[in-house]
Amino acid sequence: MSFWRKALAVTWKDALTELRTREVVFTVLVFALLVIVIFNFAFGTTQEAVALVGPGILWVTFAFSGVLSLNRAFVAEKDGGCLEGLLAAPISREAIYVGKMLGSLLFLVVIEAISLPIFAFLLNLPVASGPLLVTTLLATIGFVAVGTLFSALSVNTRAREMVLPILFLPVVAPVIISAVKASGLALSGGSWGDVGGWLEIIGAFDVVFVVVSYLIFNYVVEE
Amino acid sequence: MEQRDRSRYALLGLTAALFVAALYMVFMWVPTEQQMGIVQRIFYFHVPVDWVAFLAFFIVFLGSIFYLWRRDSRWDTLAQASGEIGIVFTTLMLLTGSIWAKPIWGVWWTWDARLTTALVLWLIYVAYLLVRAYASDKQQGARFAAVVGIVGFFDVPIVALAITLWRTQHPGPVIFEGGLAPSMLATLLVSLAAFTCLYVVLLRERMAQRATETDLAKLKESID
Repeated sequence: MSFWRKALAVTWKDALTELRTREVVFTVLVFALLVIVIFNFAFGTTQEAVALVGPGILWVTFAFSGVLSLNRAFVAEKDGGCLEGLLAAPISREAIYVGKMLGSLLFLVVIEAISLPIFAFLLNLPVASGPLLVTTLLATIGFVAVGTLFSALSVNTRAREMVLPILFLPVVAPVIISAVKASGLALSGGSWGDVGGWLEIIGAFDVVFVVVSYLIFNYVVEE
Repeated sequence: MEQRDRSRYALLGLTAALFVAALYMVFMWVPTEQQMGIVQRIFYFHVPVDWVAFLAFFIVFLGSIFYLWRRDSRWDTLAQASGEIGIVFTTLMLLTGSIWAKPIWGVWWTWDARLTTALVLWLIYVAYLLVRAYASDKQQGARFAAVVGIVGFFDVPIVALAITLWRTQHPGPVIFEGGLAPSMLATLLVSLAAFTCLYVVLLRERMAQRATETDLAKLKESID
């Protein structure tokens, strides 16, 4: 089997588990909705307030949803004793990394695809713009690139779920900054030229951390 | 006296001498800056402290790579000691910066590019130390910390880039643009040398301490 077939087999396994249990996507969606509702209590719902904090709400929601679902990526494996099986399988650690990363990317994209329209509906924002969708996709790739590495790391520590956000949030700070800025511009009718500089930063982050995580993933799962 | 001890005391003496010289130059010799007044003198501490913080995190990065590659615990000891010193100096960087900012900008803190970058840097390396504490055993902690040390180092330039595009009001790098009077540059250089020596002293002491801890743990095991 080629590298990609092996990686996609891991992704398919995760997708199938999710289809049977409906654990991650449903729970994280409810969580995302809760975050939006709580932010409305905090900031008010006037049109000016929404224009000001809308992009921030969006990315706080996605970043926290990312933490929640990335945590599950390895917790379920570890608790079910599946991680040992996965490591014993005749596939490289790099293939496991790519497979798990694509799985998390798939879950998060589904979560975002459902929560963006809810977001638009509740806050009356024009989310159906090309720059916004591309920003969301690129930022999510950045999230899962480091998130998969840190998720595998934190599941093996004593504090488990507590470790991931502490590692993940400062490292993805540049993605969150750029995504908030780019989304703000896109939501107020900005063109591709306006968001270009921010997309370049997110793109650079994605490339650097897919490569770095791919190279060092081996060291977080070896036992 | 052993060779090791001799070099240790020599370095300690050199550091102390450099600090006395730096203090004399900062407080007695160098003229007061015209616009900012006396407050500007904190510059001679702030800049060397920043330099040591970045140097320390670079050493964490090198130590982490060599540890994963060679699996020699001495590299891990180096990275951990340097990480701890880096956190102390990043904290000092944030504090000395705030003390300067209050009279000059009128606020202790502002979400300026470099300040925010420094804060994110601080958070990343606090996580570096936390991961080690949460690991289930020493080797695992060393491995995980090395991974965070490498990721953190690659992250810092991107953080700086993103935040700079976001906003900046920190004074520009006057040092490289030749905007610094010769007497000020001389004071800064002596202070930089003093702080760099202090870093090496602290690093060596901490590493020696870790080595003693390991020896002690081994002795304890042999008794049990």
